[in-house]
Amino acid sequence: MPLHVEHKQLVVPGELLAEGDYLPGDNTYMASGKIYSQRVGLAEVKGKKVSVVALKGPYIPKVGDLVIGQVVGITLGGWLVDINSPYTAILSVPDAIGKPFSPELGPLAKILSIGDTIIAKVIAFDRTRDPSLTIKGRGLGKMEGGVVVDLAPTKIPRLIGRKGSMITMIKKLTGCEIVVGQNGKVLIRGRNPKMVELVIGAIRMVEEQAHIPGLTDRIRAYIEQGKQG
Amino acid sequence: METVKRKLIDENGLRVDGRRPDELRPIKMKVGLLANADGSAYIEQGKSKIIVAVYGPREVHPKHIGLPDRAIIRCRYHMAPFSTTERKSPAPSRREIELSKIIREALEPVIFSEYYPRSMIDIFIEVLQSDGGTRCAGITAASLALADAGIPLKDLVAACAVGKVDGQLVVDLNDEEDKEGEADMPLAYIPAFNAASLLQMDGQLTEEEFFKALEMGKKACLKIYEMQKQALKERYLKIKESVEAGEENQEA
Repeated sequence: MPLHVEHKQLVVPGELLAEGDYLPGDNTYMASGKIYSQRVGLAEVKGKKVSVVALKGPYIPKVGDLVIGQVVGITLGGWLVDINSPYTAILSVPDAIGKPFSPELGPLAKILSIGDTIIAKVIAFDRTRDPSLTIKGRGLGKMEGGVVVDLAPTKIPRLIGRKGSMITMIKKLTGCEIVVGQNGKVLIRGRNPKMVELVIGAIRMVEEQAHIPGLTDRIRAYIEQGKQG
Repeated sequence: METVKRKLIDENGLRVDGRRPDELRPIKMKVGLLANADGSAYIEQGKSKIIVAVYGPREVHPKHIGLPDRAIIRCRYHMAPFSTTERKSPAPSRREIELSKIIREALEPVIFSEYYPRSMIDIFIEVLQSDGGTRCAGITAASLALADAGIPLKDLVAACAVGKVDGQLVVDLNDEEDKEGEADMPLAYIPAFNAASLLQMDGQLTEEEFFKALEMGKKACLKIYEMQKQALKERYLKIKESVEAGEENQEA
């Protein structure tokens, strides 16, 4: 039975992707034997599986995701963290300092106060509960220095590239330290402000051109040109 | 003094604005024009101009109105005070509250709201200039804004009115035809299911006329649907073209 789209073709919600002998993948649905797209994105055909890589959309937490969030509230036993998602995350005291809450700790704002940016990992989330975070672990914790840049959460995989090819290339060329949060926040730290600027420019390019093939080469050219100029 | 009613269809069978009975007004659509909204769209259908913003899925406030199994969808249809010939009070009128509800119900069946429990999706429809058919144009633009926000949809919803003026069935009525005509029947159509999610009727049609009007409405909606798909793709294709043109320049 026929396939109605080409690989990497731009599709919109309700667009017929395939009929019959195909399986519905991400961002698609099946109705009476036909597979339709759910979102604006690029069609992806892998064997018998037809899916859509969305170009825009909200961030829905997944257990194990690395996220960059901002503390927006303090409760009795922890912090409320905005992770750029429909759901506010909770960071409880044990997940922040590795020991249970005790009154001797003093005010929690001494550990993390409102407005602090943290690098955290999602440890639990399902539809009945708000996501829980931890900042215990390597590379996690309160952010000290650097800039945070926004990118559509659906384009994060594009910034990372296949097996991390894109992000390693950007890191290597600019010498900046880059932490990519799955929630569409990217933290950049670098000594040379010009290099940081180039990284931000590269992220803007990913934002704008994620749907156009050959992006890695264009970004390499952009950074190399920027370094000379 | 006797007032003479203006003829709505002339001897050549053309309507007050020179259209044929089954002809739509000129339609312009634009997607993603508001930076602060998650999704947005603008539509110009004849002299009607509407802007739509979509926010969400986002956190529900107050929390207790959220649903445990799906997102709540809120919709506000509003006419700007300057959208009509006589100033309209900016307070939501009875009509606007009702239209907000029926537009929400026209869009709800295509939204995968069960993907985002305990959250909400807000749709704001702002009529900037009104010349009839704003509920339909509002639905058309709102489904574009939802798609632009990246909210999973089963399909886009296209909407268009059919009516009867001077005894003849016509599509996409403007304000004058709507007010002076004999009947007005707005229809919102979901092509993927071949289903209607909104069907209202003002005035009178015979059974035969009703079915014919439904068929005309469906055809008009399909034309609008094609334009919607085009409008959604256009933005991305434009960037693609400019990037590819830039590369060719470099090579040359």
